[in-house]
Amino acid sequence: MQYMALIYNDPSLEPAYGTPEFQAMMQGYAAFNETLKAAGAYVSGEGLRDVDTATSLRVRDGKVETMDGPFAETKERLGGYYIFDVPDLDAALRFAAMIPSAAYGTIEVRPVMDYNI
Amino acid sequence: MTLAAPDPQSVSRAIAALVRTDRGRLLSALITRLKDFQLAEEALQDALASAVVHWGRAGLPASPRGWLLKVALRKAIDRLRTSAREGRKATEIARLSVAEAAETTTDDIPDERLRLIFTCCHPALEPKTRVALTLRTLGGLSTTEVADAFLDNETTMGQRLSRARTKILGAGIPYAVPGPEDWDERLQSVLKVVYLIFNQGYSDGDGGRARQLSEEAIYLARMLNELRPGQAEVEGLLGLMLITEARRAARLASDGTSVSIPFQDRTLWDQGRIAEGVALLDEAMARRAAGPFQIKAAIAALHAQAEPPDWPQIVLLYDSLLRMEPTPVVQLNRAVALAEAGAVEAGLRVLESLAPALAAYQPFHAAHAEVLARSGRAEAALAAYDRAISLASNPSDAAFLRRRRDQLAEPSS
Repeated sequence: MQYMALIYNDPSLEPAYGTPEFQAMMQGYAAFNETLKAAGAYVSGEGLRDVDTATSLRVRDGKVETMDGPFAETKERLGGYYIFDVPDLDAALRFAAMIPSAAYGTIEVRPVMDYNI
Repeated sequence: MTLAAPDPQSVSRAIAALVRTDRGRLLSALITRLKDFQLAEEALQDALASAVVHWGRAGLPASPRGWLLKVALRKAIDRLRTSAREGRKATEIARLSVAEAAETTTDDIPDERLRLIFTCCHPALEPKTRVALTLRTLGGLSTTEVADAFLDNETTMGQRLSRARTKILGAGIPYAVPGPEDWDERLQSVLKVVYLIFNQGYSDGDGGRARQLSEEAIYLARMLNELRPGQAEVEGLLGLMLITEARRAARLASDGTSVSIPFQDRTLWDQGRIAEGVALLDEAMARRAAGPFQIKAAIAALHAQAEPPDWPQIVLLYDSLLRMEPTPVVQLNRAVALAEAGAVEAGLRVLESLAPALAAYQPFHAAHAEVLARSGRAEAALAAYDRAISLASNPSDAAFLRRRRDQLAEPSS
């Protein structure tokens, strides 16, 4: 079963770029990626650029409306994601708890829809 | 030769008894085979309806439980065949047909309830949902009864249960006993749910429903203790509930006023339950894995065993509990024990420090009033009683507090 772990964080609460804490967090991510791959649970995972770079779009009455910024203004923003392939929610939650950003923000874990069943 | 037609009343009585004792076990077996909560409940319902017809005609089968399991599996296959869940159908039906064919109709079906209780109490479900689902699935309560226990209407409770079943299936919450790395934490979650059920029944007054909930919690803890013996905290929780439940008959005065432990008529206490609770606690303590429920049980045991109880020992127990549960309520109880043990001024100082955190908590003001009265500060004590009375959530607590207040106001009477 595939799960997506959505990483929500408040950038002001995470270590700043260039600090030793930032280094440690990035090393944490590298180690986590290795753990996931070694367990055969890694499907994909990416970090996202800051919300300053986000553009939202919707089509209304056939017309594209484009907006600057994220769809919802919240303190915690979507900052990246992983997709795990694991047997059940407990396994997914165990991996999600190892994501370094879990210590600063919130990880939302949701099953990926399987259209074949 | 003609067989005597079975008496329909005895058949329906037998079915009702089976539902009470074996529903949890049957449902657990079905859920682990079907991997679908909703389908399992519906299939068991179908099988019970079928039993009413068949057993009414032919009498009870040799192994009613095995019969119900096999028929429920067949009913589940029927439901899958006619359902709109096209994609699932072919492979599921094939898998289940094999399982159904292999199923023998003996009563000796494996007990999967331990797996199911961990599913129902999974932290990915809301706490209230955990309680409701556990009562519905493993206890003997119907949706209506669960709704009544929460003062919810049946529709709302039905929706809550249905959402929970959908989430368990959709989110992939496993039907599994957690592994050693998760065991302690997940067991705590299960025990908390059981204790919540107990307290719901214990604090709800003395009606049949309240008593039923407390008995349900004791039943669930016994089940856990039987399925996974030797767990100190399970023994601790069961001991705590037995000792507490033993005092039920003395808890309310004849006029419905609540009576606190020192004023209870001890001859009304159920000594058998106290002895069973204390014996469980002794077993738990011998395992040297102290946890919060064992400590609470030990405190309850000290209250039950002597009058006055060994207060200095109780203070020490609260010290340990405070390290595990550093909450203002535990501090409050410790402060009261401290005052009872003779350190009235020290107790008062702790109470004063808790005032901001517990300003709206009725038991805080009641305890504060008692300790103030003991220290000779009558006026402050009366004010604290007034505050407690204004915060009392039920008439019997208010009546008890008013009586205590009046005794203090007119000491001569």
